[in-house]
Amino acid sequence: MEKRVFFKGWWLPALLVAPQLLISFVFFFYPSGQAIWNSLFLPDPFGLKTEFVGLDNFRFLLSDPYYLASFKTTVIFSTAVSVSSMALGLYLAALADRLIKGAGVYQTLLIWPYAIAPAIAGVLWLFMFNGNIGLASYYLKALGYEWNHTLKGDQAMFLVILASSWGRISYNFLFFLAGLQAIPKSIIEAAAIDGASFWKRFGTIVIPLLSPITFFLLVVNIVYAFFDTFGVIHTITSGGPEQSTTILVYKVFSDGFVSQDLGSSAAQSVILLVLVGILTVIQFKYIERKVHY
Amino acid sequence: MKTIKAIIASLALFAMFAGTSLQAKVEIQWWHAFGGRLGELLDEQVNKFNASQNKYTVVHTRKGNYSETLNAGIAAFRAGQHPNLLMVFEVGTASLMAAEGAYVPMYQLMKDAGQSFNPKGFVSAVSGYYTTTDGKMLSMPYNSSTPVLWVNKDLMKKAGLDPEMDLSTWKRVGNALDAAKAKGIDMPFCTCWHSWVHLENFSAYHNIPFATKANGFAGLDTELAFNSPVHIKHIQTLGKWAQEGKFKYMGRRNEAGKNFRAGECMLMTESSAGYAGIKKEAKFEFGIRHLPYYGATEAPQNTIIGGSSLWALSGKSKEENKATAAFLAFLSKTDIQAKWHQDTGYLGVTTAAAKKTKSSGFYKANPGTDLAGIQMMRNKVTQNSKGLRLGSFDQIRGIIDEEMEGVYSGKKTAQVALDSAVRRGNVLLRRFERANK
Repeated sequence: MEKRVFFKGWWLPALLVAPQLLISFVFFFYPSGQAIWNSLFLPDPFGLKTEFVGLDNFRFLLSDPYYLASFKTTVIFSTAVSVSSMALGLYLAALADRLIKGAGVYQTLLIWPYAIAPAIAGVLWLFMFNGNIGLASYYLKALGYEWNHTLKGDQAMFLVILASSWGRISYNFLFFLAGLQAIPKSIIEAAAIDGASFWKRFGTIVIPLLSPITFFLLVVNIVYAFFDTFGVIHTITSGGPEQSTTILVYKVFSDGFVSQDLGSSAAQSVILLVLVGILTVIQFKYIERKVHY
Repeated sequence: MKTIKAIIASLALFAMFAGTSLQAKVEIQWWHAFGGRLGELLDEQVNKFNASQNKYTVVHTRKGNYSETLNAGIAAFRAGQHPNLLMVFEVGTASLMAAEGAYVPMYQLMKDAGQSFNPKGFVSAVSGYYTTTDGKMLSMPYNSSTPVLWVNKDLMKKAGLDPEMDLSTWKRVGNALDAAKAKGIDMPFCTCWHSWVHLENFSAYHNIPFATKANGFAGLDTELAFNSPVHIKHIQTLGKWAQEGKFKYMGRRNEAGKNFRAGECMLMTESSAGYAGIKKEAKFEFGIRHLPYYGATEAPQNTIIGGSSLWALSGKSKEENKATAAFLAFLSKTDIQAKWHQDTGYLGVTTAAAKKTKSSGFYKANPGTDLAGIQMMRNKVTQNSKGLRLGSFDQIRGIIDEEMEGVYSGKKTAQVALDSAVRRGNVLLRRFERANK
């Protein structure tokens, strides 16, 4: 049963859509157009002269093994951040949902880390794992484990995933908790009377009923891992060692603003734009079908 | 009500006067990269200049580390919001030189402002870096240093070594590290700025090219050449030491300085300008030595500089350029230079400052502080030891850092890593050449 409204004339609908169109134009179409345009040029850093190079920037990128490697890095990083933060968020939400006393306190404390800006979170974790002064690295050393994320790629990756997921757990917790509380108690109680165990109830009732929220969080978390973790990576590793934590969006930044190669940076933005577009289509076309509203 | 009116009136009056007094002075902006002790010393220089005359005011702002300062300057230039003076580290020199029109060359600036300026007054090993092949000085050398070997004498004793032992070659250093490791010293060796020390200066010191075309001085079509057998041997040695726990890698910039100052690291290669911090913080007896070399080559050539120079950016009014010129002339005064040299461990960039420091007996009172100067100027400069002039060099350093990290962690051999760094770096050089044709 879809409701459709028909307007007579065109000026009122046009007026109603205008703000949205304007915003899309200013914040999406105009910058995207600029990125596409710039990706065809090779300018010098100061913007004094520029040369039209056609698709050379793309050719340059796609022949760079480190650029190709950063796709893999991005997949590993975003999957790890999304999965770990969602799993922990759900786990904590399930626990908090069963609380009878002091639920408010727990909930507030669990939501707290969300208020911390990514760059600050990065610095906090960096201090803990700093090779010179970090507490965590000090204790790890006492246990006989050599921590040096400036040199070891897997440790650096672990650290940026940890720092990026941390604040995210709160966000996911919040949504999962709301989702859990929206599930009618009667359904769960009915299942319990029928003799379904906790895990059975969780698997067959709670998870499917949470699926709209899970889907929403999946989309939001992947977008977060793709774009918003920039601050964390910049403060902790600057993409190193050996580019092992350079995700695509960080490379856009470092090539554009650190290396002043704006042509290559623009070309990367265009590739990223296409990639995210494809990803969104896949999510809504295939995964959303499995979601029950 | 009356009081409020009075306040407003007095504020307006104050604003008028404040406005006129500010208008009378020409204000110029200087963006730099110095914090900590160096930042304090820089602030002192600016205050001294502002107090020394009443026509100009210099306002200085720290924009982060060297790379961040350069990038902030470039981004601001594109937006037309750039400062009058920008501190650019030696790595960015080629990028600025290629950007004709983005800066007012130093000699031009001084001539237009009617300031007397003698490029010959600067130590040629330093000014050569910032001078075109036809002898025009483009920027004003501000701070220049060269790498030396820092020794923690207390740890040397603990390792059962004579703290005054000969450490002039890498072989002897290796022996000392073996002894230290055997005595359980946790960090026998560490280094700051590893590309600058162990590849760039290493090349000049051993008189082998870092890049073709006289390290880039002779043309934009230069190619990297730091994958020669001598380079590979040295980096492989460092990698071996890292694997054996004798060398601890702390980071790409000067992170290791912290470990040395805290008394954890026995031998450290770091800029001579580490002096300011080490003198202030070290609670142990330290010594300064020449950078070690490989005995197989003849006596070492000279090392090259690191540090920054000040560039006057273009697009400023005549009045402001005059102010900039006056400030630069002030900075090159002998007493200012001599004080800077003695406080920081940076080289005295004018010959007069070096002479003054010597005659004041500073070197005798602070043994080792003259080594950097000697090491830079001990031989006639060759094509390989004049310096480096490579485009996109900040990026290339990033590539070198990455590849060398691969060696230290044991993932790559020095041969593979340096070959790869040369190949990747050359791609950037070609891109730079194309963008700056």
